[in-house]
Amino acid sequence: MEKVLLKGNEIIGEAAIRSGCRLFFGYPITPSTEVVEYLSKHFPKHGGTVLQAEDEIGAINMCYGAATTGSRVMTASSGPGISLKQEGLSFSAAAELPMVIVNVNRCGPGLGGLGPAQSDYFQSVKGGGHGDYRLIVLAPSKAQELYDYTMEAFDLADKHRNPVLILTDGFLGQTMEPVVLKDRPKAPEIDRSWTVGGCKGREKRIVASYSLTNEIGEANNLRWEAKYKDIQEKEQRWEEFHTEDAEYLLVSYGTTGRICKSTVLNARKKGIKLGLIRPITLWPFPEKAFVPHKDRVKGIVTVELNTGQMIEDVKLAVECKMPVELYRRQGGMLPTEHEILDYLEDRFNLSAVEEV
Amino acid sequence: MAKVDILEKYCKSCGLCIEVCPKKILEIGDKTNAKGYFTVICKDQDKCIGCALCATVCPDVAIEVYK
Amino acid sequence: MEKVFARTKGLTDVSFSFCPGCTHGTIMRLIAEVLEELDIIEETIGISPVGCAGFCQDFFSCDFVGAPHGRAQAVGIGVKRALPDKNVFTYQGDGDIAAIGTQHAIHAAARGEKITSIMVNNAIYGMTGGQMAPTTLEGMKTSTSPYGRNVSVDGLPMDFPKLIANLEGAVYVASVSVDSPKNIAQAKKAIKKAFQVQQAGLGFALVSVLSTCPTNWGLSPVDSLKWLRENMMPVYEMGELKVTEEVKSL
Repeated sequence: MEKVLLKGNEIIGEAAIRSGCRLFFGYPITPSTEVVEYLSKHFPKHGGTVLQAEDEIGAINMCYGAATTGSRVMTASSGPGISLKQEGLSFSAAAELPMVIVNVNRCGPGLGGLGPAQSDYFQSVKGGGHGDYRLIVLAPSKAQELYDYTMEAFDLADKHRNPVLILTDGFLGQTMEPVVLKDRPKAPEIDRSWTVGGCKGREKRIVASYSLTNEIGEANNLRWEAKYKDIQEKEQRWEEFHTEDAEYLLVSYGTTGRICKSTVLNARKKGIKLGLIRPITLWPFPEKAFVPHKDRVKGIVTVELNTGQMIEDVKLAVECKMPVELYRRQGGMLPTEHEILDYLEDRFNLSAVEEV
Repeated sequence: MAKVDILEKYCKSCGLCIEVCPKKILEIGDKTNAKGYFTVICKDQDKCIGCALCATVCPDVAIEVYK
Repeated sequence: MEKVFARTKGLTDVSFSFCPGCTHGTIMRLIAEVLEELDIIEETIGISPVGCAGFCQDFFSCDFVGAPHGRAQAVGIGVKRALPDKNVFTYQGDGDIAAIGTQHAIHAAARGEKITSIMVNNAIYGMTGGQMAPTTLEGMKTSTSPYGRNVSVDGLPMDFPKLIANLEGAVYVASVSVDSPKNIAQAKKAIKKAFQVQQAGLGFALVSVLSTCPTNWGLSPVDSLKWLRENMMPVYEMGELKVTEEVKSL
């Protein structure tokens, strides 16, 4: 299989092409811009169209329109741009439209900066826009996963008729790494019985989200709720690293999830039985990952690039049965593997453990 | 020979057809439709010239015309 | 006897939900007749907005997509880019296209997007109960301009089609009215042309239609038409505002 060296953002573009996506609507914003640039260069060769919209609101609504036809469609942005897309995302979730949105998270709030952050966790996993809805949220932690999970994002979107958000960050987006360009996995059978495209030979169809009565409104909410529960049951994904005998756990995703692996190895050298749970789906949050551990692990540290957002979901997952602490860096800063371990040792009073 | 046919289901009694009719043969009737509107009636079909001005201005597409 | 005026196949048999005398219905009928005459009902995807106009999705017999407020053109462009051979139109009120969705309309026109937009201008936000719109006339009383539109605070009304006509990608722009049988006939001709422009792939087409809101204007349906004629038509430039040479030769 072909192996290439590409920037993280470019890998997302390549995976979109190989997923059969032929429509991209976007607006440039650092640090996501290479996605639109890569596709602008390579999409035409595959018969694809990149349309640089007037703004992020236009871009997400173009995605909305294209998705109603059953076409695979994508947009990518960062922080402020993702905020502008929230109205369109709420409508897309309500109209149950498959589409893929990439958020190359930059630090915020406000204009913030270009460095990596995980400050958009709440916005990503709690809906983000108005109303009560969920996006499926995938959090890759290396180039190969950017490729694999972009492909999977399109299939998940089609399978569940739901927007899928890929939450990455400026570090992953800008780093060059080798990637194996695997063939596209077998795409699921897609139900197209709801799409618009001209009513020749069938009844007219309407794709919309307005509920004329409260009764219809509640029926819609119940239907979406059932779908979200089904997704929670079926689609939780995570990676475990040295958890079998772990007395302490790190929980971290994306870039910091990767750094935490070094922390685990360093801790093990010192005799600390540390493991890592790395959520891959942030929504649905991988609660199942914690089931075997929540009655025996002594303490948990979540490592995040924000003021502590995912920690809330971790505490819920372990039902607060043990102390859950937070180690975080912000504003575009990344932690080193050593400072994470120092924090863990300090918090749980582990410095006395002999080096082995 | 011409005829104006008021589709009662659609009529909302707005009166635009009454105003535009050159023969002044339309008026608000004394029967209501399911929505509660007193629907327009033609009081003298014999005078209808089939000009369809009534149907042209009807915002509820509640008039069909025969000629 | 032969039926000389029948309900068009372009409409479903659902009764319009508009207030008595509201000319939204007239405009929708004209569009539906044009779709039938051009034989494109089954090739068409309409985009409905938010507001009274949004109910149109139930009334046309073609496929429809409901857009967020002001986003109809962006949504329509998404559909058109996915299905370039299909016919796509947006049906939008003046608040939808000329206030909250201005940026999408301007850029759709600038890019020459091959879609047709119908703007319904009744100088007011109808569904929410009659608030001031970008098209509200100077001195006109609405629930958010209860003392009349004050130009020193609210500025002058916007003649949106004139703005769009300035853009190269807009190849056909017309401003019409449905206040009389004669003007209704002209409005239909303009709407038909706007769809033919799309069929020929020439660029963006906009038809603005002056319309009434008897309920929020506080006038009878008959008086509303008179008010439109006397107050709106002198303010908004009427007729074909832009017809490129290519469109003329259609």
